[in-house]
Amino acid sequence: MTNQHQFEVIVVGAGGAGLMAGLYASKTAKTAVISKLYPTRSHTGAAQGGISAAFGNSEEDRAEWHTYDTVKGSDYLGDQDAIEFMCNEAPQAVLELEHYGLPFDRTPEGRISQRPFGGHTNNATGKPVRRACHAADRTGHMILQTLYQQCLKNNINFFDEFQVIDLLMVDGKAAGVVAVELATGELHTFHAKSVIFATGGHGRVWEITSNAYAYSGDGAAVAYRRGIPLEDMEFFQFHPTGIYKLGILITEAVRGEGGILLNGKGERFMTKYAPNVKDLASRDVVSRAIYLEIRDGNGVNGSNYVYLDVRPETVNKYAVLDGRTNPDGSPVNVTGEQILKKLPDIIDFNRVYLGVDPITQPMPIQPTAHYTMGGIPTNKFGEVLSENGTPYPGLYAAGEVACVSIHGANRLGTNSLLDLVVFGKYAGLRAAEYANSAEYTPLPKDPTLNTAQQFDLLRNGDGKENLTDISKEMKKIMFDDVGVFRTEAGMQRALDKLAELRERYKHVRVQDTGKVFNTDLLNAWELGNLLELAEVVTLSALNRKESRGGHAREDFPKRDDQNWLKHTLVWKRNGKLEIGYKPVVITKYQPKERVY
Amino acid sequence: MNVTLKVFRYNPDVDKKWHYDTFNIEAQPTDRVLDLLEYVKGYLDGTLTFRRSCAHGVCGSDAMRINGKNSLACKTLVRDLGEKITVDPILGLPVKKDLIVDMEPFFDNYKKVLPWFINDSPLPADGKERLQSPEQRERFDDSTKCILCACCTTSCPSFWASDDYLGPAALVAAHRFIFDSRDEAAAERIEIIAETHGLARCHTAFNCTMACPRDIQVTKAIGELKMLTITGKLE
Ligand SMILES: Cc1cc2nc3c(=O)[nH]c(=O)nc-3n(C[C@H](O)[C@H](O)[C@H](O)COP(=O)(O)OP(=O)(O)OC[C@H]3O[C@@H](n4cnc5c(N)ncnc54)[C@H](O)[C@@H]3O)c2cc1C
Ligand code: SF4
Ligand code: SF4
Ligand code: FES
Repeated sequence: MTNQHQFEVIVVGAGGAGLMAGLYASKTAKTAVISKLYPTRSHTGAAQGGISAAFGNSEEDRAEWHTYDTVKGSDYLGDQDAIEFMCNEAPQAVLELEHYGLPFDRTPEGRISQRPFGGHTNNATGKPVRRACHAADRTGHMILQTLYQQCLKNNINFFDEFQVIDLLMVDGKAAGVVAVELATGELHTFHAKSVIFATGGHGRVWEITSNAYAYSGDGAAVAYRRGIPLEDMEFFQFHPTGIYKLGILITEAVRGEGGILLNGKGERFMTKYAPNVKDLASRDVVSRAIYLEIRDGNGVNGSNYVYLDVRPETVNKYAVLDGRTNPDGSPVNVTGEQILKKLPDIIDFNRVYLGVDPITQPMPIQPTAHYTMGGIPTNKFGEVLSENGTPYPGLYAAGEVACVSIHGANRLGTNSLLDLVVFGKYAGLRAAEYANSAEYTPLPKDPTLNTAQQFDLLRNGDGKENLTDISKEMKKIMFDDVGVFRTEAGMQRALDKLAELRERYKHVRVQDTGKVFNTDLLNAWELGNLLELAEVVTLSALNRKESRGGHAREDFPKRDDQNWLKHTLVWKRNGKLEIGYKPVVITKYQPKERVY
Repeated sequence: MNVTLKVFRYNPDVDKKWHYDTFNIEAQPTDRVLDLLEYVKGYLDGTLTFRRSCAHGVCGSDAMRINGKNSLACKTLVRDLGEKITVDPILGLPVKKDLIVDMEPFFDNYKKVLPWFINDSPLPADGKERLQSPEQRERFDDSTKCILCACCTTSCPSFWASDDYLGPAALVAAHRFIFDSRDEAAAERIEIIAETHGLARCHTAFNCTMACPRDIQVTKAIGELKMLTITGKLE
């Protein structure tokens, strides 16, 4: 057969998680990394604010506090053994990045500089703690560049601009993947002992989003089509501060640096919703607060946005009111220049896209779809688990596509970059270890058949429907009805609409009939993934009759630990959707009410 | 407002030669050029082909020539261009299809300057970070911003003249490591960039700096590297 490759370990995805997995797997196993984008285009590069680790470089901090904050942030849905593991690994993981050359910002003593971030606190005082290690407001960019550079240094095999369409499973074991080479349109079969999915999230399901076009949930959808369950898909994070209408992210670091949220009346409304940490409450809390303000008519000019204000005079004024000081105890007295230095990209986005200069004007913001908490269920070694909790031999997942679950019902800022580095590493190690002890599972007879069939359907539709229309209608209803606030009626409406859209999707026909860079075909295929996952999200959400973290139901406004302290699993086999549950791992921290 | 969008087209599956297609589009002044291309692809011609991902100027996918100037389509707004917009692929790299060029020669040049951190000395005894003062960190801050979009290299007359010139992006990458106080391979890199296909080819035309969507002072960085080869002093 043509275009057949064999590697002991195949990593799908070249963002932070995939590169880290590739680096570690390649130490002991023949490894290749496949990515639909050039690695440096991956969405990890968009991450702004920081990566958390309880070093305490500027003030006292402990891994235990980081663990508790993450458990609390997750609204007690995160698995505590995995969370504790990650938070304990964090300082070493961040140091490893520094040793790879990552240019973190520095303290006057020459150590890694840290800033406060939402939900991260000193557990003794309850006050925000400096835990987010940063490189200006392009921390993710620096992580992605640094890891890619290390991969080049170590001669990792890359297949750039190859898009994986199918996962080959034989008798419940991973056997490889099928990918299309974008430049030629040729299909390639990658025979492997271990397959690691690190393909990122599916934030393109929603209308207003901070996520890249590439965030079409490919990995989750491919696995799901092969009968693998998806966990906690109802939990999706809406970040409170996206640029109005565009959704482009304004990092929480703006508030970490002293920025304040103001409603249309000029009131600092977060004091009402989170009296202790105010603007630095958890993201779900802040997003809901903004929605409630807008609902009460407190949006700016009666519109559906509020202001985020990081003008020096505002920062200095509220620092005094909040009793915040510099690490050395001196009063906060920032200048416009210092803010520009710390947040250059944020200032640039505002100037370019809005013509607003945040040094002299407040920024108009609204919540934006941001992060996939759910995903492919794994344990802390990246092993993918069936609904019975047994691993699929040879199958791994890490990064945003995976659900370990660290983030539970709501992710804390800076914990995702940490998740990539820690679990990317362990998935890589485990996958290589398995590959060293296992034989290749023989490939199925016609490995590319399923891929070819999927493409044929998209090429041979009757063309009555337009892809972009379907996509827009999906995004709109998901944002309106399966967004920050949810109700039974709204979600049912969304489910019906999705069924209609999936039906209409059968009638699309791609116009590009060529082979070379057929992005028309691949966009169509990606929309299929989004439609599939939107249904899983909505079904999981409709089913969960409580409010927890990022899942806020108006008809069930309270958290219900009696009935719902459990993870959702959804899988589809022989065309039939099934829902199951598994318990949350609780070690040290018994659920209690979550106040900020 | 009504915009006339003229786009370079070439499909190797069917075309012997390239041509332009013209589309009339209703646009908002705040629309990105990328939004216009997406609109064309979504509603007028699904075969139009270009790269993109982040849509806000941080991933480096969609470098193209917009009204003659190398730019990111997602960071260029209609209001800054007016009613007539022409989009071509970046120059100096082979066109694969429409606005997509072959990026391999560009990345090959990047890889030549050893664009990775090199320090084989033992780690600090406490196992912690290698210390670096804020001033030392500041020294190479500008060149860490590069997203490898190729806007600079494909605007450089010396690169057009011969693609064995490393080009400004590769030199920026060299700068990022050479001026990092923690890195120990400056000498090796300087040797590489001082060769005939390196620094000597740069005639300080400033095209690269003008083109950089990340506002990196590319020519300044190259000037610092040139200075270094003359004085041999890293400061
Ligand atoms: C704007 C923004 C700011 C953020 N800021 C922070 C922050 O400050 N701190 C923090 O902790 N987190 C932050 N996050 C979240 C965090 O950046 C992401 O969750 C994380 O980077 C995801 O990394 P990943 O490795 O899982 O995926 P990605 O980096 O997205 O990589 C996915 C990879 O998979 C590849 N791929 C996808 N599908 C296929 C396919 N079908 N075939 C082949 N390859 C495929 C892609 O090419 C890509 O290489 C932010 C997110 C956004 C959007
Ligand atoms: S300054 Fe040098 S590198 Fe930049 S465009 Fe001119 S010749 Fe090319
Ligand atoms: S220096 Fe600027 S223009 Fe050149 S590749 Fe880097 S970001 Fe692009
Ligand atoms: S799409 Fe990422 S830079 Fe333009």
